[in-house]
Amino acid sequence: MTDARLPLVEIQDVSKHYGEGDARVDALRDIDLTVRQGEVVALLGPSGSGKTTLLNIIGCIIDPTQGLVTLDGERVFENRWLRRDLRRLRLDKIGFIFQFHNLLPFLNARDNVALVLTLAGRPVAEARARATELLDYLEVGHRAAAMPALLSGGEAQRVAIARALANSPRIILADEPTAALDGKRAGIVMDLMRKLAAEHDACIIAVTHDEKIYDRFDRLFHLRDGVLENEEGESS
Amino acid sequence: MNLALRDVRHNLFRFVLTCLGLSLLMAVVLAMIGIYNGLVADALNIVKAPQVDLWVVESGTQGPFAEASKVTGGTRDAVARLHGVAQAGGITYQTVEAAHSGDTLRLYVIGYEPGRPGGPLEIAEGRGISRSHFEMVADRKTGLVVGDRIRLGRDSFAVVGLVEDTMNSGGDPAVFLTLADAQTLQSELAPAAQRVQAARGAGASESADTVAAVIARLEPMADPQDVARNVRQWKHLGALTQAEQEAILIESVVDRAKRQIGLFLGILLTVSAVVIALIIYTMTMEKLRQIATLKLIGAPDRVIVGLIVQQSLALGMVGWTFGLFLILLVKDYFPRRVVLEPVNAAALAGIILVVCIAASGLGVRAALKVDPATAIGG
Repeated sequence: MTDARLPLVEIQDVSKHYGEGDARVDALRDIDLTVRQGEVVALLGPSGSGKTTLLNIIGCIIDPTQGLVTLDGERVFENRWLRRDLRRLRLDKIGFIFQFHNLLPFLNARDNVALVLTLAGRPVAEARARATELLDYLEVGHRAAAMPALLSGGEAQRVAIARALANSPRIILADEPTAALDGKRAGIVMDLMRKLAAEHDACIIAVTHDEKIYDRFDRLFHLRDGVLENEEGESS
Repeated sequence: MNLALRDVRHNLFRFVLTCLGLSLLMAVVLAMIGIYNGLVADALNIVKAPQVDLWVVESGTQGPFAEASKVTGGTRDAVARLHGVAQAGGITYQTVEAAHSGDTLRLYVIGYEPGRPGGPLEIAEGRGISRSHFEMVADRKTGLVVGDRIRLGRDSFAVVGLVEDTMNSGGDPAVFLTLADAQTLQSELAPAAQRVQAARGAGASESADTVAAVIARLEPMADPQDVARNVRQWKHLGALTQAEQEAILIESVVDRAKRQIGLFLGILLTVSAVVIALIIYTMTMEKLRQIATLKLIGAPDRVIVGLIVQQSLALGMVGWTFGLFLILLVKDYFPRRVVLEPVNAAALAGIILVVCIAASGLGVRAALKVDPATAIGG
């Protein structure tokens, strides 16, 4: 039976190598991956296996050496995609959640979220209202005026999730989203992300080493020496 | 949402400290400009004070400021009779040292004929000289007050009035005496030296009635160049118009100081530029991860460039404002006059503006090279 959900991330035959000749390093080899709306998938693998490289390609930060990348129906890394377009694509379609939340230390929680909206052209007052809504939804509304240095790890990660969701992106990329949290809080954050993905018809692709949260993912993909395998260990 | 302003507010203490350091540098730059202006203003004040149109000096000299000049006192009458001359007066200049209240004062003595050109322009306190001998009008910077008595040469003078901002290009405050007193002061010798001169048979033939220059005010319709040409027909005399005298003073007397201060100013501005560049570069390097995050979430380059350039400009402008405030606060405590015109402050603001933009280039370059992937790590 075919899956009727729309594919949001389609990676076809993607390879990435650095250097040439003897110095050539194959970071990714012939990767095929499709992630559909509402799906929450994990990229697993040891350090240097290519997880971050794959995340960077999906996040339009680096170009693949070969292959096709389609995000929310739009083909990227073709000639017509200039760097400015990739920046705009990231702003409109992709939300990022980082291991150490990467909140800007000089903006309070609300403005960290509102910033993404103002970058997209929304008026500041409107952006702040939307940011407050998101923070309330993620149950950190009472900390809206707090500076990041004064937030707990869990609060900061919720603010970071709110920021990632601010522009209602279809694709959320998370780099070790629970690494800085204890087991209980990691579970809460993952449940929250699953809920948000379902509600926003978005997909989540997370790089993680946190075995405690493996059961929160729909699919697990292992990367070994640049080759992607699904949860059954079959090469993609 | 102004990111530069928010970042400054977040690190306000450090920003203020940095601005304070920069403002001290700005204050030094402004002080140098003010000292230079003061030098020129003081030099020109002396030339402008008599409010005359023509300076008659010894032939072949550019006196009396750039070179020594000596003409006989009788020249005044000859000049006064020339067509186009309204008023003429003899004037002398000399620098003397005198003891007063335990201090040694260095004074620029101007001798003039009361009722003729060459006297103080405006009396700030007390009155002008009204007796033919032993009265003096002094600049406030001498520290003398009305009623003081001071010994110059072998005579004692009473201070009857005070003037302001009257000093020579060396910064020595001026005192005005009658021409007769000034000539006596100039020619009289200590008793022992006088005895030696008398023994040599000298002195009797030398007249004490010499002046450094004869200054003349012309009739409203008279052309200074025409009158100067007439004066030059006497081969032993030279003549300079007021404009020529001012130009000579600036070019020959003030020029070296001007170049020295100009060079020092250039060095200071270069140091300021390097300091601003280093500060901005360091501030940018500390924010690389934040800049990477901004790039990753889709911030355009102009937002990142704006963050750096605006902070650089804020640093420069706050430093300039503090520096200006500081120099205005302390300028009167300088031993020499510090003259700051609005145009100087505005020019420095313009230079700082350009320096800040140029200096932030290094930080902008570093910021634009940041890979957004840095925010993800790995």
